[in-house]
Amino acid sequence: MFVINCPFCGERDQSEFSSGGEAHIIRPKQPTELSDDQWAEYLFMRKNIKGVQFERWNHAHGCRKWFNMIRDTSNDKIHAIYKMGEKPPIV
Amino acid sequence: MKNKYSVFSLIKNAFSHHENWQRAWGDPEPKKEYDAIIVGGGGHGLATAYYLAKKHKITNIAVLEKGWIGGGNTGRNTTIIRSNYLWDASAGLYDHALKIWEGLSQELNYNVMFSQRGVMNLAHNLQDVRDLKRRTHANRLNGIDAVWLNTNEVKKFCPIINTSQDIRYPVLGGTLQKRAGTARHDAVAWGYARGADALGVDIIQNCEVKGIKRNGKEVIGVETSKGFIKTKKIGVVAAGHSSVIANMAGLKLPLESKPLQALVSEPVKPVIDTVVMSNAVHAYVSQSDKGELVIGAGTDSYVSYTQKGSHNVVEETLRAILELYPIFSRMKMLRQWGGIVDICPDASPIISKTQIKGLYFNCGWGTGGFKATPGSGDLFAHTIANDEPHKLNAAFNINRFVSGDLVDEHGAAAVAH
Repeated sequence: MFVINCPFCGERDQSEFSSGGEAHIIRPKQPTELSDDQWAEYLFMRKNIKGVQFERWNHAHGCRKWFNMIRDTSNDKIHAIYKMGEKPPIV
Repeated sequence: MKNKYSVFSLIKNAFSHHENWQRAWGDPEPKKEYDAIIVGGGGHGLATAYYLAKKHKITNIAVLEKGWIGGGNTGRNTTIIRSNYLWDASAGLYDHALKIWEGLSQELNYNVMFSQRGVMNLAHNLQDVRDLKRRTHANRLNGIDAVWLNTNEVKKFCPIINTSQDIRYPVLGGTLQKRAGTARHDAVAWGYARGADALGVDIIQNCEVKGIKRNGKEVIGVETSKGFIKTKKIGVVAAGHSSVIANMAGLKLPLESKPLQALVSEPVKPVIDTVVMSNAVHAYVSQSDKGELVIGAGTDSYVSYTQKGSHNVVEETLRAILELYPIFSRMKMLRQWGGIVDICPDASPIISKTQIKGLYFNCGWGTGGFKATPGSGDLFAHTIANDEPHKLNAAFNINRFVSGDLVDEHGAAAVAH
């Protein structure tokens, strides 16, 4: 349990947010040309890092906007939050 | 050679104030090389080592555990055992485990306190009723005992349930598997550890795996906190930390690790003599032999390795428990904890070879691995020994995420995730 500083609304409890999983997984540009292995990689395979991980979050019970977060999954400490489309800050 | 546990050994040891019991398993230093190494000394890992030694006669094995055996999810789950899963592949897998549970205490000469007190799954809306009835029929076609109970029969089987139709999520019925039940989770780890140790397996605690050494496409050993150990076969049974080990070998798995919580109450006199689970309102409860209510909550919705879990998840579960069991309204909760569960997209496990020769994974059990412990160990041992899956775990290979042949058990997994 932790507090998230939503870039649009400010600090709110984590229970207002929903996690969208690993960030920066890019939707294939040519889906028809993908092999089964590439589909599996895109759809299912995850880094699932113990440590600093890039994630997408949604303020589901607030402004309902998406944003990115850099969080340490071993202690739930948030290192940075940045908007969709922005370059991730170096932490 | 292990001394046999019996009523006579109990009496004999009582005369010496129980100070001369034989050590149940050793504390060896790792050898330079093993025929196989099991990473993870939980129930599944120890069972794998036990069956490798017993059924496949591979006894030069080490089980490497970074903490103490049974200190991870084996000691953190809510001990529920059942096999009422929907699909044929799952029914085969989980009922194989249930059949081993039925004779496990005798086989291991260790009382795992397996108690077939029945597991009831409640329905709270029409879709629940349809899904659970369908699952009952599917179970019976697969030879698994399952019956549908209407609301009155639910009340009769477990009288403390509030079956009033005026509550927010009224009980519309439920399924019952009578062969299902609970077992003492620590005893499962200890029993398998003792059994494996007696067959010559080295159980090495406080030994963390730091790296997987490869020679091109095959494994040659593991780097550990106690030095390098050579081996040609590595079976990884690391639950929530499976992805961490996979990353060491340069593999990616279709897993996400999340905290799953449980809590126990103060001990009270016997009040609930079965296990009741409810998917829709997310509450399940049973009573331990000590008298504590054992309550399972849900998973957090984000990846975390913290073994804690959020308060709002516990609050939601207790809210549902109180509506279903008003009798518990003044109970005090004594302890709460979290375990890290590795969840597959289809809520089914992976017991599989990988593209790296000699590297095997048994993971993805998510929120329901304890029930499968003996079957999982047996089938994983078969897979490692023969370098081929047993027919019961063939469907649970890692390639199903490429072929699309998933085993979707979200409905039967009982914990929403």
